[in-house]
Amino acid sequence: MAEHFVQPPHWEVWITLYFFLAGIAGGSYTLATMLRLWGSARDEATARIAFMWAFPLAVVCGALLTIDLGKPLRFWHMLVNTTPGSLGLNFKVWSPISLGSWALLLFSLFAFVSFLEVMTKRGNERNVSGAMVVWNVLGSIVALFLASYTGVVLSVSNQPVWSDSYAIGGLFVASALSASAAFLAFMSRFRSDDAIPTESRLGLADSYFVILELIMIAAFFVTLSNAGELWRETAMPWLIGWILILATFIPSLWTLTGRARGRALAASRAVAGTGTGALIVIVGVLILRFVVIYSAQF
Amino acid sequence: MPEQIGFFTDTSICIGCKACEVACKEWNQLPGDPPKFLDGFDNTGKLDAENYRHVKFIDLVPESANIITGNGAAWLMMSDICKHCTNASCMEVCPTNAIVKTEYNTVYIQPEVCNGCRDCMSACPYGVIGFNEQAGVVSKCTFCYDRLQANMTPACAKACPTQSIQFGALTDLHKKADARVAALQAQGYDKAQLYGRDDSVYGGLGAFFLLMDKPEVYGLPNAQNAKLPSRNNAKGYLGAFLTAAVGVLAGLIAIRQNSDDSQRGA
Repeated sequence: MAEHFVQPPHWEVWITLYFFLAGIAGGSYTLATMLRLWGSARDEATARIAFMWAFPLAVVCGALLTIDLGKPLRFWHMLVNTTPGSLGLNFKVWSPISLGSWALLLFSLFAFVSFLEVMTKRGNERNVSGAMVVWNVLGSIVALFLASYTGVVLSVSNQPVWSDSYAIGGLFVASALSASAAFLAFMSRFRSDDAIPTESRLGLADSYFVILELIMIAAFFVTLSNAGELWRETAMPWLIGWILILATFIPSLWTLTGRARGRALAASRAVAGTGTGALIVIVGVLILRFVVIYSAQF
Repeated sequence: MPEQIGFFTDTSICIGCKACEVACKEWNQLPGDPPKFLDGFDNTGKLDAENYRHVKFIDLVPESANIITGNGAAWLMMSDICKHCTNASCMEVCPTNAIVKTEYNTVYIQPEVCNGCRDCMSACPYGVIGFNEQAGVVSKCTFCYDRLQANMTPACAKACPTQSIQFGALTDLHKKADARVAALQAQGYDKAQLYGRDDSVYGGLGAFFLLMDKPEVYGLPNAQNAKLPSRNNAKGYLGAFLTAAVGVLAGLIAIRQNSDDSQRGA
């Protein structure tokens, strides 16, 4: 049985928002690349929306991380070692925050170029160069890392709950993909009629991501149970949080059962298309981040 | 290279006077938190940015019905401090390299390098490190680094009236500790044990202890629970990678499946 005698780091609202938005930024970029690679030409409109959002979200992520620091003006110390006599770059592969700082910087670069690409292009035709596709694929690898490393940051600690489970990175990337699919489905409604056909694809993808998320929640609970720390998640008020999280899965799973009954597009659009289902999914992922982060500290 | 130094805290002779706390605050100019009135005589509560030393009062008073002659072991007292681990969890995770090993092999936080991310707080298994709101950085015991450089004894050890806190060369302290624990065990104190003397806990501790009970009783992780944060690195990334791979595959299936649907529908 695990025993902990640590103090909490007081990672609260800024970090919760960062973990949430980093997931959406990374997940959106990845989904946009997937739509470009495997979707139809009509999916380009949604890919364009995703690339337009990924960069501003990355900027917000950087701002949130900086605000949370005790010394915000020293944010660059994450990257540069200022120890007297040891001036150089900080790159500690065994420290997820160190890796994540570089990943955020690198992702911002990928997202910025993709942002410029879609902003300078007229219309939603898919005329993407091979070099840009390669750029998108490489950017997606960094994007997936960005969406997942935040969970590894928590696991690589000695805090109760966080250090008792190595499934948090997986849980965060699954939920990030789910939230991103919902986010893009929602945003595409306001952006362009061309983007609406992609909603059903995203709705179905979200359903699959939610199943993956459910599996990872089960893995999270099993690892906590093995460490004798499951009680922290089943105690109030976190239990309510988990019930709410599971409740937000209902629209996505309903989409899937609708498909199984043969009402393919109608069912998926009934949920994703209203926008409400997408918002429910997004809120659920925010609650998930909140519960995982706060339950270990209070 | 100076000799490796350390603290040996013999809790069996701690009288809970808190002279170490006072001396530490005095030397390090720590104003301290507002006093608390906790169990026993504890009015500090825990180690943090204002308390580099904390005298724990562990209440082992038996239930009144069980009090008999000879079982009066009512209190355990322990002057707690940063353990200056050989393999320090805080140092491992620190992304800015603000936490370093000094020439004395002690663990030191450079306040001018730290940016206050607080990752070290989540990593320290002893709850030693605190966040200083005013300074915006984390802090903890420095092992009186400034005094060491002037060949002076750290303030807490200098002030301890019972020599519960002993300072010196680590090899000498190990010998003293071995003799002391052997003497206590010979007197019938079967639970007397050394904590951090060998490398079973974080590779050995620069500040090690003689305890009169199990480490958990003092709020210290035992050897089974004393683990470095990096134990979860490989498993954490592997889990994330596999989930991401399955996620991309699921996305591919959804996008292709629905593309086929819409093409058929059109």
